[in-house]
Amino acid sequence: MRLRYAPALTLALMLGPVLAGLAGTLLPAIGLFPALGGTAPGLAPLKALLGWPGLGPAVSLSLGTGLAATALSLVLTALIVGSWHGTRAFRWLEAALSPLLSVPHAAAAFGIAFLIAPSGWISRALSPWATGWTRPPDLLIVQDPWGLAMTLGLVTKELPFLLLMTLAALPQAQPRRSLTVAQALGYGRLTGWLKVVLPRIYAQIRLPVYAVLAYSMSVVDVALILGPNTPPPLAVQVMRWMTDPDLAQRFTAAAGATLQLALVAGALGLWRLGEGAAARLGRAWVAQGCRRHADGLGRRAALVLGALSAGAVLAGLAGLALWSVAGFWSFPDALPDTLTLRPWLRHGPELLEPALDTLLIAGAATALALALTLACLQAEQRFGLTPGARSLWLLYLPLLVPQIAFLPGLQTLALMAGADMGRGAVILGHLVFVLPYVFLSLGDPFRSWDRRQATIAAALGAGPARIFWTLRLPMLLAPVLTAAAVGFAVSVGQYLPTLLIGAGRVQTLTTEAVALASGGDRRLIGLYAIAQTAVVVLGFALAIAAPRLVWANRRGMRAG
Amino acid sequence: MLKRLIVGLGLSLASAAGAAPDPKNWDAVLEEASGQTVYWNAWGGSTATNDFIRWAGDQVQARYGVTVEHVKLSDTADAVARVLAEKTAGKDEGGAIDLIWINGANFAAMKENGLLFGPWAEDLPNWRYVDVAGKPAVTSDFTVPTDGLESPWAMAQVVFYYDTARLPEPPKSMPALLGWARANPGRFTFPQPPDFLGTTFMKQALYGMVEDPALLQQPAEDVDYDAVTAPLWAFLEELTPNLWRQGRAYPQTGPRQIQLMADGEIDLAISFSPGEASTAIANDQLPDTVRTFVLDGGTIGNASFVAIPYNANAKAGAMVLADFLLSPEAQARAQDPSVLGYGTVLDLAKLSAEDRARFDALELGIATLSPDELGPALPEPHPSWMTRIEADWQARFGTAQ
Repeated sequence: MRLRYAPALTLALMLGPVLAGLAGTLLPAIGLFPALGGTAPGLAPLKALLGWPGLGPAVSLSLGTGLAATALSLVLTALIVGSWHGTRAFRWLEAALSPLLSVPHAAAAFGIAFLIAPSGWISRALSPWATGWTRPPDLLIVQDPWGLAMTLGLVTKELPFLLLMTLAALPQAQPRRSLTVAQALGYGRLTGWLKVVLPRIYAQIRLPVYAVLAYSMSVVDVALILGPNTPPPLAVQVMRWMTDPDLAQRFTAAAGATLQLALVAGALGLWRLGEGAAARLGRAWVAQGCRRHADGLGRRAALVLGALSAGAVLAGLAGLALWSVAGFWSFPDALPDTLTLRPWLRHGPELLEPALDTLLIAGAATALALALTLACLQAEQRFGLTPGARSLWLLYLPLLVPQIAFLPGLQTLALMAGADMGRGAVILGHLVFVLPYVFLSLGDPFRSWDRRQATIAAALGAGPARIFWTLRLPMLLAPVLTAAAVGFAVSVGQYLPTLLIGAGRVQTLTTEAVALASGGDRRLIGLYAIAQTAVVVLGFALAIAAPRLVWANRRGMRAG
Repeated sequence: MLKRLIVGLGLSLASAAGAAPDPKNWDAVLEEASGQTVYWNAWGGSTATNDFIRWAGDQVQARYGVTVEHVKLSDTADAVARVLAEKTAGKDEGGAIDLIWINGANFAAMKENGLLFGPWAEDLPNWRYVDVAGKPAVTSDFTVPTDGLESPWAMAQVVFYYDTARLPEPPKSMPALLGWARANPGRFTFPQPPDFLGTTFMKQALYGMVEDPALLQQPAEDVDYDAVTAPLWAFLEELTPNLWRQGRAYPQTGPRQIQLMADGEIDLAISFSPGEASTAIANDQLPDTVRTFVLDGGTIGNASFVAIPYNANAKAGAMVLADFLLSPEAQARAQDPSVLGYGTVLDLAKLSAEDRARFDALELGIATLSPDELGPALPEPHPSWMTRIEADWQARFGTAQ
């Protein structure tokens, strides 16, 4: 048992690819790419990048949509939790929002695009009786130059993530007591929460917020569907350069990817400064002592916006499901002329193979991540290693470095190492992104397990291994399965790593869906989006159901 | 039996040593191909082509024991990038890609960088049916000589489709199109360059504006590019504000226009496949009031090819597939509008009566023009025109919010 080396191995598997991939990106950015004749360092790639006329708007878009999506998601999360935590409405909102975490970004974006477009579902439902439109108006709603549609699309997906992260952080902040005191002093529910609980919560969800910022700034699939394209955000343009037939554009792409990395770093720094400013303003606000700030309005707004956000994704998915069985369906009909199973009969069998590969890859990556995480946590406890703030940062590193900045470099590396480019390499590639999520969702429940039970077991003669396998692991079944479901969902949603590391030979539901999306056939997009979502939802359903079945006669074990 | 065994043994030794299969010895190619898996990298955005590729795979599996895996690309350049990455890494054999659906600038880039295997195409058994004289595009890919490095499998020609329910008389020239767009702003668009169809729209517009079309056959560097393209940019300056979304957003691919037309957002769209509209009607994607037309003075035509990367793993299997795609049976199926509606690369006069009957039996779709109505195809300009126009369009229109 080499448990002691588990943390080092985990870090190497997680960070090695990121760092190596970054090197593979930075070198071409300064002109080094031997296969394309780049043998001497130079500034030509940078000059080509600066010479692109769309650079200014693309950079502003990347910054603007990223910062706006993050700020909106964070504010909305705080309002929802602050206003409604502990009420029935909150449980209802939580139930509506949590499954959305598992909806792949691309599927959610497609659904929303169909909902809000001028010829979309909302417009169809209101036409022609309310709007008078017999043909869709020529309005730039989806793919607007400001990136508003894209920002909103991102918020609907990041809100559930931050909400769950906040809920995970809540118990340690012990909000109940503080809130009772605040309310006894006459503070409104929301104002009191914002003044006394939020500062403690924020310190704990800071890294997830940073991850949301980095992701929103460099997302490719959502930007392709909802974002502007004259010019597109920087990450999309980097993808375009990377796939340009003129191979010399690879240098520009590398320079662009490097700029994207610098932008994300800069935005994180800016956010950090903003935190300081917000803290100063907040302290003055708290000290001022006002008891209520439009609490009622804030609470209603939080409920409405939260419900809208969940409703947009769910209605979008429903629209896609309907498209997958639609006959001819033209504007302004709110429903298709006829329903037909033809798309499913025709393309259903094709789903099987990518679905199996998706399950295999996600299953293997999740199992590996789970094993490594448990080994790390067990080692941490056995050898009394104390995870510092720095190790948490390391854990978040793969989520903070934009995928577009290191995956192309990683692809070249995987080839040089002679990896067979098959499922094995893809599984290792997914591991980089699955590990942090599994670790984050399992770390706290594992560490907060009551150690006195281990002491009793040890006193009864059980060794550390036996305690782990027969006591700790079974008792932690529910959180372990939840972590597995999260990891599974993360793996299913991966597009770029599957495409680039798998050489296109490894086809999952996600890569198929995005490839088909370029054809714009809504029936097919609907079919794949439904299949993709179903796989993930199935994982979560299993994670919830299994402990209830296994512990059918142990009520205390089911909650996790 | 013994002979076959010896040949087989020799072949496996030869392929173990990395020797390339020789299409002149076709029996040996068939022998080696049997049992191989061919990873065919082809654009995966069209349901109709995906179905055709699956059918072709089933056929060569049944006949020659070659398994075909369709790697669905969202952009052909992804495959070029892949081969390049393999070359960078020194992976000179056993590459991930065996066959690529390719033409134009992607082919030119691969040829120039030595990323292709060959020559092999003109030694395929079915090459004898190819209409080399009547369809010059099959050996000259955007003016770049194919030199046997790629094998043609379909002819394409620019057409426009429109909904007769909303647009009874479509504009049949570029000036007429501009006039119509002015009168009906927001009802026309084209896929955004670098999508090839968007750039093709501009090359098509350019054809109607240059005095000497032969200029376009030379590299853009060799002529006065600015003077030749000046009328094109003036035309686009006037057209763009009258496009769908005032030219501030564009569909990203050709088939995306089908959805826009079905949604009633546009009335007129460009396509590179004469049968695309008929196929879409058959699939409930377009109303049956959609029809097709070509511009007065002709439209650009080109050929689609398949090429084998220099480091392909299953070169023999890839050749067998490429040869099957040239067979009269596969060509007739591809031309069937209810399947693909792609034009054939074969010379029907060279076929046997039985094979010719396959083509005669085809029913053109409701929205498909007959070969006579399509008229002669204009040759593709040199690839440098595509590259320059694409870059200039992006600088002028693609980044102006």
